[in-house]
Amino acid sequence: MGTTTYREAVRTALTEALVKDPRVFLMGEDVGKYGGSYAVSKGLLAEFGPERIRDTPLSESTFVGAGIGAALGGMRPIVEVMTVNFSLLALDQIVNNAATIRHMSGGQFSIPLVIRMATGAGRQLAAQHAHSLEGWYAHIPGIRIVAPATLEDARGMLWTALEDPDPVLIFEHQTLYNMEGPLADEAGAVDIDHAAIRRPGKDLSLITYGGTLGKTLQAAETLASEGIDAEVIDLRTLRPLDMATILDSVKKTHRAVIVDEGWKSGSLSAEIVARLVEHAFYELDAPLARVCSAEVPIPYPKHLEDAALPQPPAIVAAAREVVGRRG
Amino acid sequence: MPSLGADMEAGTLVEWLKHPGDGVTRGDIIAVVDTAKGAIEIEVFEDGTIESVHVKPGEKVPVGTVLALIRGTGPERPGHPPGHPSAAAALRTPPAAPMPNAPAVAPAAPAAPSPAQAAAREQPGRVRVSPLARKLAADLGVDLTHMTGTGAQAAITREDVERAAAALKTPAPQPPAPPPDRSTAMRATIAAAMARSKREIPHYYLSTTIDISVALAWLRKENEKRPITQRLLPAALLIKTVALALRDVPELNGYWIDGGFRKGAGIHIGSAISLRGGGLVAPALHDADTLDLTTLMRQLQDLVARARTGSLRSSELADPTITVTNLGEQGVESTFGIIYPPQVALVGFGKIMERPWIGSGKIEARPLLTATLSADHRASDGHRGGVFLTAIDRLLQTPERL
Repeated sequence: MGTTTYREAVRTALTEALVKDPRVFLMGEDVGKYGGSYAVSKGLLAEFGPERIRDTPLSESTFVGAGIGAALGGMRPIVEVMTVNFSLLALDQIVNNAATIRHMSGGQFSIPLVIRMATGAGRQLAAQHAHSLEGWYAHIPGIRIVAPATLEDARGMLWTALEDPDPVLIFEHQTLYNMEGPLADEAGAVDIDHAAIRRPGKDLSLITYGGTLGKTLQAAETLASEGIDAEVIDLRTLRPLDMATILDSVKKTHRAVIVDEGWKSGSLSAEIVARLVEHAFYELDAPLARVCSAEVPIPYPKHLEDAALPQPPAIVAAAREVVGRRG
Repeated sequence: MPSLGADMEAGTLVEWLKHPGDGVTRGDIIAVVDTAKGAIEIEVFEDGTIESVHVKPGEKVPVGTVLALIRGTGPERPGHPPGHPSAAAALRTPPAAPMPNAPAVAPAAPAAPSPAQAAAREQPGRVRVSPLARKLAADLGVDLTHMTGTGAQAAITREDVERAAAALKTPAPQPPAPPPDRSTAMRATIAAAMARSKREIPHYYLSTTIDISVALAWLRKENEKRPITQRLLPAALLIKTVALALRDVPELNGYWIDGGFRKGAGIHIGSAISLRGGGLVAPALHDADTLDLTTLMRQLQDLVARARTGSLRSSELADPTITVTNLGEQGVESTFGIIYPPQVALVGFGKIMERPWIGSGKIEARPLLTATLSADHRASDGHRGGVFLTAIDRLLQTPERL
């Protein structure tokens, strides 16, 4: 078992895919000569050449659309969009084309497309580069949304996504690229259907994904020192939600706090709360709670950015509140 | 789940006699519900078609739970798209018998909240209970009213309920008690109703002795003409008399609800019937003032038989407007009963006994009957109670007119 980073794990996954399947190619802004804006694809141009590592013009709509066309034509494109904020320029291609063509063609065409993009805040990139809009995409039927939060998932989700006959959007939280840790040498493809229990516990369920998983695990340790045994669920796949895992956990703990870097209003966290109320009302022993980003465009100054995002002390406070302990 | 008495809190659905798609008309028996008072047949008060049923046989649900939706035969209500089930009428108790503490079944269409409902919502002291704790408390039979919650926002949690349930158990280290049978449950129901009555209702009591010789003589002669199966008992005569006397004193016929008297929509005499296994029920003879004696007698016999086999109907339990108890059959001279809330009066008859009686200046042996009235002083005064007992006496002197 060697030590690696999230960035290297994604690069290894890309390399593996390019080696294994000649239909796979990577395209996006600065993925070639520059090596990717987060340096994920560094070295891939030299290894695989400009045919398969393609720099594109600054036009998200164009190159996402080209990816859809390539997928329709039998290729297995991996499209990198620099951040989720920029993906809004390609929203028409993603929502109106990628998500719909299988359904509108009566199943005659499928779009085996993978779109990777960075999401989230925490690195002082300001409001136009720091939002968490994956919850928006999770609203759309016809696409699958995944959010690798661990080295294993960064390494393993890509290949499974490429095997999916329908579009898969992979959201990589920008604070995770430098995350370092051990990863088994034989690590490979992982499932993209199920949520994972990252820490078992019995007193409450902390439900999160992506960039807030680490903060949530940290909060769970603080809670443990106070005698509160929190279970931490990593959603992994935001659409379709693995409600079975969530419900099993809440039926055990009877309390839940959802931690999401997205905003509360009309959000993924709101959806989870609604489903828990629909399907587990009589299992609930306390009001459901959420720790989400403040409802502002993410600020640039460090202290304001920190204040706007979910942080471990807020998660701890929310957990204490639902288990009935204050202080 | 209709309220089948002021102190019924929940009932268990035994079976559905009608199913989704079946047509129903007012008065049909559509389900059987088990309560402390036995298995009760539930009547429907709407015409229409069963749209859906929401409670499965074996399920115990609180009073007020929607059991089924019935699509009415009338025009769709404005404001609901066609085909929307809220246009259907929810199965509900007869509107004639509003019961306090037993929330009316949720109406399918929005209705203006009554002042009482509004007041309940605004109550600042509402106990917070988590959904899980509430369910568990119902399962374990734990009373939540005076419990202190330790959960979020000081709500009562599962742990609080479990602790209370454990505390209930600890003082009794004996072998587990046998499961409570129906008579235990009924005892508890009667205990709650009677305790509430004595707590809340300022009773006044009146008593009068009635010369019943004329009525008995008439009855004897009348019965000679009748086949044995149609013979009248004095009880039928007495119930009819009470019903007619109530026309003169309507303030004894109805309910005290939310600080005011509500007149009964008809004269529905609850007839106290003791049960073999112990306990009693007082199901209604509907519109007793309009029944001829033959019909009344037949209905009374039917009611007694069904009370004892446990197949009463929901309306019979839900809407008596007064209760009559006839302990004379047990050899008691007089009885001063406790009013069954939210009713406002109870009439008692003792044993018919031959006693000395002074009539026309002579002492004679006459059959005499003691009639008593327990009445709610909030709803009526002693003077009106006296008028009522006098009316009973007067009516019994002309039995041929009953």
